[in-house]
Amino acid sequence: MVLTVLFFASLRERLGCNKLSLTLPAGASVADVITTLAEREPGWCEAFEQGQCLAAVNQQMVKPDYLLADGDELALFPPVTGG
Amino acid sequence: MDSVSIQNAPFSAAEEYSSVSSDAGECGAVVLFTGRVRAESEANPVVALELEHYPGMTEQVLEDLMAEARRRWTLGQIRVVHRVGEILLGDEIVLVAVSAAHRREAFEACEYLMDTLKSTVPFWKKEIRQDGTSHWVAAKGSDEKAASRWG
Repeated sequence: MVLTVLFFASLRERLGCNKLSLTLPAGASVADVITTLAEREPGWCEAFEQGQCLAAVNQQMVKPDYLLADGDELALFPPVTGG
Repeated sequence: MDSVSIQNAPFSAAEEYSSVSSDAGECGAVVLFTGRVRAESEANPVVALELEHYPGMTEQVLEDLMAEARRRWTLGQIRVVHRVGEILLGDEIVLVAVSAAHRREAFEACEYLMDTLKSTVPFWKKEIRQDGTSHWVAAKGSDEKAASRWG
């Protein structure tokens, strides 16, 4: 399956990336995506380890065990700080 | 009725007040809150914020939040404005305005919206200091506690 992955705020800056396309076996969870991404580039493992990472799939908040489907938009970001 | 704007440009609290208080006289109370950029420190003050959001999701979460406020209280109008991009010291970041028949509903709904906005709506703040350094603001436990009291 193919996913679009978006990154925001401090996570986006640490990774030096705001968006990428990822191909994974069917049945992967959000946690599996993070594990895969952490191995993708030098420094990305540390980037994911610094601070909490929240996830939204198709713009709805989800837990790390959420199972993804082909074409999903997964967004990863730190806890929000608006207002 | 309910409206949300996410915008780069500054807004006028006076104009927003006029809009929220324009009804046929059924609402006796209007509560309007604005949040502004604060210096934080005298030695090395914040000179600006950089605000980021998740276009699409941010608007949707705000709309869901306003719908939830309507389930909890009987309200007239709800207006939320949140700026993104660069916001200078002293400028307004956010406005939440609520009208209702009586003050209790208006106060409570406004506070609920602000508390919940701060801990659940996808916005992220970066502080830019006078010496040119910048850092992302960390989420505060006190904000989460403020939101959790609404259940």
